[in-house]
Amino acid sequence: MMSVPRTPGEESEPRPGAPRPCRTVLDAQGIARASKRMAHEIAERNPGCERLALVAIPAGGVPVAELLSEHLAEIAGRKIPLGVLDVTLYRDDVIGRGTRPVPQRTRMPFSAAGARVVLVEDVVFTGRTVRAAMDAVLDFGRPEVIQIASLVDRGHRELPIQVDFVGKNIPTARAERVELRRSAAGEYEVVVT
Amino acid sequence: MRHLLGIEDLSREEVVRLLDTAEAMLEISQREIKRVPTLRGRTVINLFLEPSTRTRVSFEIAAKRLSADAVNVSAAGSSLSKAETLADMARNLAAMNADVLVVRDRTAGVPQMLAERVRVPVINAGDGAHEHPTQGLLDAFTVRQALGGIEGRSIAIVGDIAHSRVARSDVHVFTKLGAEVRLAGPPTMIPVGIEQLGVKPCSSLDEALDGADVVCMLRIQQERLEGALFPGVREYARCWGLTRARLARARPDAIVLHPGPINRGVEIASDVADSEPSRILDQVTNGVAVRMAALYLLTGADS
Repeated sequence: MMSVPRTPGEESEPRPGAPRPCRTVLDAQGIARASKRMAHEIAERNPGCERLALVAIPAGGVPVAELLSEHLAEIAGRKIPLGVLDVTLYRDDVIGRGTRPVPQRTRMPFSAAGARVVLVEDVVFTGRTVRAAMDAVLDFGRPEVIQIASLVDRGHRELPIQVDFVGKNIPTARAERVELRRSAAGEYEVVVT
Repeated sequence: MRHLLGIEDLSREEVVRLLDTAEAMLEISQREIKRVPTLRGRTVINLFLEPSTRTRVSFEIAAKRLSADAVNVSAAGSSLSKAETLADMARNLAAMNADVLVVRDRTAGVPQMLAERVRVPVINAGDGAHEHPTQGLLDAFTVRQALGGIEGRSIAIVGDIAHSRVARSDVHVFTKLGAEVRLAGPPTMIPVGIEQLGVKPCSSLDEALDGADVVCMLRIQQERLEGALFPGVREYARCWGLTRARLARARPDAIVLHPGPINRGVEIASDVADSEPSRILDQVTNGVAVRMAALYLLTGADS
């Protein structure tokens, strides 16, 4: 679900015996358009962007939040606070599966108390990461509201969680992988493999 | 990685993984609400059979910040005084469904022995003069934090090398991470053949300090010294104690570490311990983060 942007070619190289078809569902232009529209929707739902704060969930949520932050700064005429919140230590599946992932450092340069928090993801899938992120945000204060923005919603929810601002709905098979990565040209794209 | 018994057994990648995890853990201790739910419902048993305040409290706080239940057992008042063997006691503690056992003992090899006999992961919190892996890791973490990296740095470790488990873990951690390690201390306290570990023995404090990036002072452990290995405290301080004047031989931005508890005026002058280059209290803060990392990576790990 969360995916680290990979070096170009790493994922698309077909392995012998296990060819994985790879299709681009959102290219750099598509991402730019979608994020701009999402920023406008966020501004509309949060009048004046008052007390608005973006909270990116690494790794994939970080570049998306940076795009939203640029657009929102233009719309609001000022910078919107941006935090990075690693949710590894809040997940319900981290203990008990094989190798434990190394958590990334959280940077929350503001209190969430009274804020209108928008959690930012690249892809929302089962909803478990978002669930963990909601718990994590509450440790930084009691927000007035929590909303969710995701570049892609691919369905298959396992928890009653709904995305407020979606870049694109992409129907997928459960076994497929959807990830935000950098293309050979260094631009972001969303691919399904 | 199933147990954490010594730095010597770890690969460079495992050391880096522990240090990177500790970065994230450090941030948790800086929050207003210093607790994450990761190890909720897990039980950490701290079996401390040798007196300790700092390390025991550090492990207890680390366990609690990860929401684990921490149970402390000390030698005094335990059934060891009823002649129960250590292995039987550990088996009984493990039978209460502990998820990790943290062990400190005055005898080298006890954590290893228990790891072979119980089904839970074991973390060595210091065994005799063998190793103190979490101290080595927190020292490396503190150097990385202060200087931005360890590779190519010169690290002087000064004091009773022969009796120090901290020195042993430090030597392993710093050489694994590509530092140049120098050792200095009275000749009776430098083990013969130590250069086989890839370190450089120095014959004087000044030689060890010359151009060093990091100075690790070791505590004179009077409780481990049997017989007269050195002529006396004053003589020791004169030859091997770190003063401001001597520290001037190190690099201008050099930092000073000490595993504590410090003997002011013996191995380290009071004004040096409280000076700007001293990172002694950062080490204590970082110790909690490193132990959280070890507990996170090991608790409930599959056999």
